[in-house]
Amino acid sequence: MGQNIKIKRGLDINLEGSPSNDIYSVNSPATFAIKPTDIKGLVPKMNVKQGDEVKAGDCLFTDKKNERICFTAPVSGEIAEVVRGDRRAILAVKILADSKVSFKSFDTSGYETKSADELKELLLTSGLWPFIVQRPFGVLADPSVTPKAIHVSGFDSAPLAADVSITLKGEEANIKAGFEVLKKLTSGKVHLNLHSAKDSSVYAAVEGVERNDFSGPHPSGLVGVQINKIDPINKGEVVWTLKPQHVAFIGKFFETGNLNLEQTIAVAGSEVSKPGYYTTIVGADVSGLLANNLLSDNVRVISGNVLTGTKILKNGYLGMHDTQISVIPEGDHYELLGWLFPSYPRPTISSTFPIFKFLKKTFKANTNPHGEHRAYVVTGQYEKVMPMDIMPQQLIKSIIAKDLEQMENLGIYEVIEEDMALCEFVCTSKIDVQRVLSEGLELMAEES
Amino acid sequence: MKFLRDQVDKLKPTFSEGGKLSFLHSTFDALETFLFVPNHTTHSGGHIRDGIDLKRTMFIVVIALLPALMFGMWNLGYQFHRATGMEVSLFENFWYGMLQTLPIIIVSYGVGLGIEMAFAQFKGHPVNEGFLVTGLLIPMVMPADVPLWMVGLATAFAVVIGKEVFGGTGMNLLNPALTARMFLYIGYTPEMSGDKCWVPIADGVATVDGYSGATTLGNVGVASSNGTPWSDSLLSWGTSISDSIMGTIPGSIAETSVIAILLGAVILIVTGVGSWKIMLSTVIGALFMGGILNLAGGNAWYDMPAWYHLVIGGFMFGTVFMTTDPVSAAQTERGKWIYGFFIGLLTVLIRVYNPGYPEGIMMAILLMNVFAPLIDYRVIQSNIKTRLNRVKA
Repeated sequence: MGQNIKIKRGLDINLEGSPSNDIYSVNSPATFAIKPTDIKGLVPKMNVKQGDEVKAGDCLFTDKKNERICFTAPVSGEIAEVVRGDRRAILAVKILADSKVSFKSFDTSGYETKSADELKELLLTSGLWPFIVQRPFGVLADPSVTPKAIHVSGFDSAPLAADVSITLKGEEANIKAGFEVLKKLTSGKVHLNLHSAKDSSVYAAVEGVERNDFSGPHPSGLVGVQINKIDPINKGEVVWTLKPQHVAFIGKFFETGNLNLEQTIAVAGSEVSKPGYYTTIVGADVSGLLANNLLSDNVRVISGNVLTGTKILKNGYLGMHDTQISVIPEGDHYELLGWLFPSYPRPTISSTFPIFKFLKKTFKANTNPHGEHRAYVVTGQYEKVMPMDIMPQQLIKSIIAKDLEQMENLGIYEVIEEDMALCEFVCTSKIDVQRVLSEGLELMAEES
Repeated sequence: MKFLRDQVDKLKPTFSEGGKLSFLHSTFDALETFLFVPNHTTHSGGHIRDGIDLKRTMFIVVIALLPALMFGMWNLGYQFHRATGMEVSLFENFWYGMLQTLPIIIVSYGVGLGIEMAFAQFKGHPVNEGFLVTGLLIPMVMPADVPLWMVGLATAFAVVIGKEVFGGTGMNLLNPALTARMFLYIGYTPEMSGDKCWVPIADGVATVDGYSGATTLGNVGVASSNGTPWSDSLLSWGTSISDSIMGTIPGSIAETSVIAILLGAVILIVTGVGSWKIMLSTVIGALFMGGILNLAGGNAWYDMPAWYHLVIGGFMFGTVFMTTDPVSAAQTERGKWIYGFFIGLLTVLIRVYNPGYPEGIMMAILLMNVFAPLIDYRVIQSNIKTRLNRVKA
């Protein structure tokens, strides 16, 4: 039997523009891009060049460190551009899509009886492998290891997050099939972590997994928090995690033999005129989703949620792992004595803003940090939004001091950036907690 | 607002790199960001941030200090006129005290901010808001009769040796305001203790019969050495214990009124800016030690009711405003309980067992400042141990 876990320390940031339950349809985007930068530490080795024709499922590039891991085209079409940045690092591979997607076919028949190695091989060549995230460090999964467990967070608790009961409606059979595959990849359990107050009917058919029930505010939906509560990661252990959307991709792939990365995502935020659900494909150009759908011009478009997502342009591309687009106003304006007399409401956990904290329900948050970077002064603040058995401020300080042993002792193996995003949000000294943690993780990964 | 912003923008190049007054860059920056929250936006990690910042946090502390400061100003006038036998209005008392106090505040802020801004410019970092609080705390814990040059010297010592040598705000080991007071106490003991310094009375001004400027702490100390038994008559000249709670007794400028200080405590606790854990555990520590001494009995100190410790001397002021300095206090949540408890306990111990120095809370806090990292270390080790045990299991 799974566990019942109550998350007490955390924070639900209620922002304006949460997605309505409607699913809108827009024209299929003309271009798509797979961005190596979406995957931490990935150095791509190109398999195609500009002008090549590809089918959905054809390999675009592989991981230089492990060439078995393919990144494949989400649609069929022509390679329009390989975008390079500093020192010719590959930033994106753009595809000009065919009007009708043609799929490369994979032989997945009888997958129920295939061995773990055969399943892995199919996941690797189909390009589904990169949807598996490996902890510690939150990196590409290593196909040669067998993780001690696989965790799937069945819900998203982040601000403006998509509701899986809408995005995964109709995917029930694929989800079931996906979990069947996952079960073969680990020697331990596959955990499906659900929220007691949220609709989990899309998982009703899933069998043979450990269902754990969570309750409480964000970050209850973060898989890192869930792992910490259920079966924490110790030194030397490896755990894999997936989003439910990606489990459905895997299921659909093995059921049909085609790589079909169509998904329903949330497009939300105070600057979106029709916040709701939109059907699109991994790597899609978002300009179609945002055309005639923005309330103002000076906005930040985020692939992902406002706490952890990536800033993209209005004609940028949906991140590989992302299941939502958030659009909020930019905060690039001065505010006269704003620290003393705030001129508009802003989300906060500080009781020094009693009205915002206790009375105001939803906020139109912008990207102004509301203060400047300072040394650590205030203490006891991160702990209020950190439900894990980890001392957040001490961990961050050990990273700043580059004290590897202390980082390990304080549990750096158990966290990735998103797990400490709320600490960053509440920080009085405006420390870039996620960036610091990222440096620490990189340092640890190099050393181990 | 637009007009003001335009003016600032016009001035900005003069103070920026390459400008004529670029050596005042940090100072300009501090004033600009005081006036306007910058137009920066988030660029890494989370895209939205909490509304709170250090300016607001520090400002809340300043507000919390105001009741005690206002009362202290009034009380200074009240004590003077009581000693000299004059009947004056509430406002006259306040005015008298304000004139005594303002120069001290001006010197403290002037010297402290001057040094802070110079360091900021030299080291190329922004001016930190911490001194807004320290600069007010220093005058508040001074005796009213303190010479201004001593205030300046002590402030300079506190900022340079107490803070900047450790790397500036956030890195200091000791509470800067108490460092300033300790510096004066050790360097200029006669001016900082005894009967004369609390209520400034110029030579030749007549006082009423029987007047003594001694504090309760002083009286009880003397009584204990002489073997005089405890009684309420040892409270400072002509006052009762309710006067101690009210604050109409001689003492450092703003430390006397328990009620005004508790008002500040309410502000700090309700806004979450000050740690209630530390305040509560300090009180518990003092009552615990005082209770044990009550049971033992023996001399005036032993027999004084334990709760009197909370309302005489600087105990309340120290507990509410000094122990809760987040930088020099224990930083772990469990550590805060231990830290506070020992401050309370040590305060009483020092008061009772140190005949030379009647006020214990200053020493107790500074001592526990030094031990705070050790307390945190133990707390962190226990977290580490839990993690290691998990592997073994």
